[in-house]
Amino acid sequence: MTHSGNSFKRSREVSFGKLHSFHGGLQLPGHREITANTPIGNAGIPPLLTIPLQQHIGDPAKCLVKAGDNVYKGQELTKAPGPFSVPVHASSSGTVIAVEERLVPHPSGVKENCVVIETDGHDSGPDEQQNALDYLQLEPARLCELIQQAGIVGMGGAGFPTRIKLCNRKQNIELLLINAAECEPYISCDNRLLQERAAEVVEGIRIMRHGVQPDACIIAIEDNMHAAEQALRTALESASESGITITRIPEIYPSGGERQLIKILTGREVPSEGFPADIGIVCQNVGTAAAVYNAIARQQPLISRIVTVTGEGIARPQNLECRLGTPVSHLVAAAGGYTKDVERLLIGGPMMGYAVQSDNIPVIKTTNCVLAVTREEMPAPLEALPCIRCGKCTDVCPADLLPQQLYWYARSNNYDAAQDYNLFDCIECGCCAYVCPSHIPLVQYYRHAKTEIWTQESQKQAADIARRRHESRLARLERIKQERAERMAKKKRVLAGDDGSKDAKQSAIQAALDRVKHKKQQASNTPKNIDNLTAAQQKKIDEADTRRRQKQSGNNN
Amino acid sequence: MLTALITFGLLAAVIGLILGYTAIRFRVESDPIVDQIDKLLPQTQCGQCTYPGCRPYAEAIAADEADINQCPPGGESTILALADLLGKDPKPLNPEHGAHSEKTVVVIDEQVCIGCTLCIQACPVDAILGAAKQMHTVISSECTGCDLCIPPCPVECIHIVPIKTTARNWIWPKPDTGAKKTVAGQA
Repeated sequence: MTHSGNSFKRSREVSFGKLHSFHGGLQLPGHREITANTPIGNAGIPPLLTIPLQQHIGDPAKCLVKAGDNVYKGQELTKAPGPFSVPVHASSSGTVIAVEERLVPHPSGVKENCVVIETDGHDSGPDEQQNALDYLQLEPARLCELIQQAGIVGMGGAGFPTRIKLCNRKQNIELLLINAAECEPYISCDNRLLQERAAEVVEGIRIMRHGVQPDACIIAIEDNMHAAEQALRTALESASESGITITRIPEIYPSGGERQLIKILTGREVPSEGFPADIGIVCQNVGTAAAVYNAIARQQPLISRIVTVTGEGIARPQNLECRLGTPVSHLVAAAGGYTKDVERLLIGGPMMGYAVQSDNIPVIKTTNCVLAVTREEMPAPLEALPCIRCGKCTDVCPADLLPQQLYWYARSNNYDAAQDYNLFDCIECGCCAYVCPSHIPLVQYYRHAKTEIWTQESQKQAADIARRRHESRLARLERIKQERAERMAKKKRVLAGDDGSKDAKQSAIQAALDRVKHKKQQASNTPKNIDNLTAAQQKKIDEADTRRRQKQSGNNN
Repeated sequence: MLTALITFGLLAAVIGLILGYTAIRFRVESDPIVDQIDKLLPQTQCGQCTYPGCRPYAEAIAADEADINQCPPGGESTILALADLLGKDPKPLNPEHGAHSEKTVVVIDEQVCIGCTLCIQACPVDAILGAAKQMHTVISSECTGCDLCIPPCPVECIHIVPIKTTARNWIWPKPDTGAKKTVAGQA
């Protein structure tokens, strides 16, 4: 391993503020002023909550409720089938009216299984504060289990189960990196969270630090988030916490990407197809820290999150705290509704988000932004022109890839070559497409290639399984055929009597017959009641015997 | 002259021995061509190629008895892969064997099924579960979509259904064509 002796020193050095830079990146207009300076609103309890059973990467979870069940706030709705899954919880009390396929926030617009809850408005659930846990008393393994049970996934966007990042690691973690670099334009939910609830975030970080046991802990914050940074410093001071340092990083998109942030702070690169834990780093979002605080200190599972509802298509852009499962339409209404010239609705930011056709979709664990834009704000993409090989995409790629080559290979369905050029290291940040003078929708090519490769991969696996099943079927049929042939042959031999078995049978019959004969003889030759006979009786018997003998000899003649 | 002959003769013998030994000792186990061809086939086991399964077809291709364009489930991509492997010219799918379509699966209408077990005997990958006079069902994750179970069914209770598009198997549409391509072929 590359880091052993001096690695600790390196992370110490990091905490003193020496910064590195990643390749590429862009300076983008922020569009955050309004939402970052408006207090977090509350979207309230919507009449209907639609909670998709699958909200994260991982195996599908098993549903525990059915239509007609009453549920309380925080009740587990699914059972996680393994460590790579987390459960989902009812985000308010009410009645389950259906477990059925509904529209979910996904670029495909497909329907997925959801639990639909009609809320009763009481919002009743177990008392929050009653049995607060002292996390320092908990074993790190137990802590991780509680985090999984609370359904916590990375709140930054990818939704990777937090437990896996915190616990399933093979080596010592040097650095716990808290990501407060909210780099994508328009989004300010982490910013507002820090301004208003810095103490909770700090407490959440301390809990995660207890689980990870890192050598150092750093909060990385963009240098334009002054109010949030101040709130964090105050919270750290009032918690008299000196083991967590705050590092300002320059505002460059996408500095909040996990790999980019690690590069900025440590100069190290996460290996291709590897995880930060491979180089001794765990990176967590501030929203995740707040969720961990809720799960451990308040014993409340992940049932709500802060969503930035913004764009010129929204009447009162602001951050809203809402329950998971709240329809986007409800959120938009809580933010004053749409303006009249709204054009498009996006889930996520303008760079990495995706357009959706309907606002009748729920907020899920990874929904950080609802963006309604007007035509002037985000014009429809212009028609793509041929690539002129200007190389601008390569200059801005934060993953240090060759976007142009990837484009050619993805376009010509040469997926093997695209993988050789590390297609899967692309974080789909959109920088290349942003600068492309030919307006080529580069990211869409990469997304297409990635999903196509995944599909081919799974088809290949299915084919392998089919081959094995077919081969074992043929083997079984062959075996059955042989067994039958053997049985038939044996029967035939027995009937033909050419293998000595006939003799054996005959001798067995003979032996049985002999046994019976012998027994019969014994019975007839030994008459009963012939003890202590009188002379007269003896005489009579002798006479009878004589008669019988004479009769027998007469018969024989 | 004689010395030179002996020297080179010995040298040749020694080198020949070394080469002979290394050829045996460091032999590279190559993947037999039949296995390589079999790996490229979709393993539907449908028999549309006229051979009783994918492996017999692979053997026939290897023996140059069959052409590379007889596999409708594999379609163009399989033909291209086979052409690439065997160094042959790709050619369009032979329509005699059928047309390429996206993968489907079958389902048994359990209300209608009489439990005759004929479909179980026809299934090449043991994807149908059931017993005599008991209801049968298809394990859809194992079904290859070969449709071999459909002709034997006496009550026509087996139906072909497209594979459902979910968030997991959905494919981002490719920009330039604009055509949506999905696993199930639902555009």
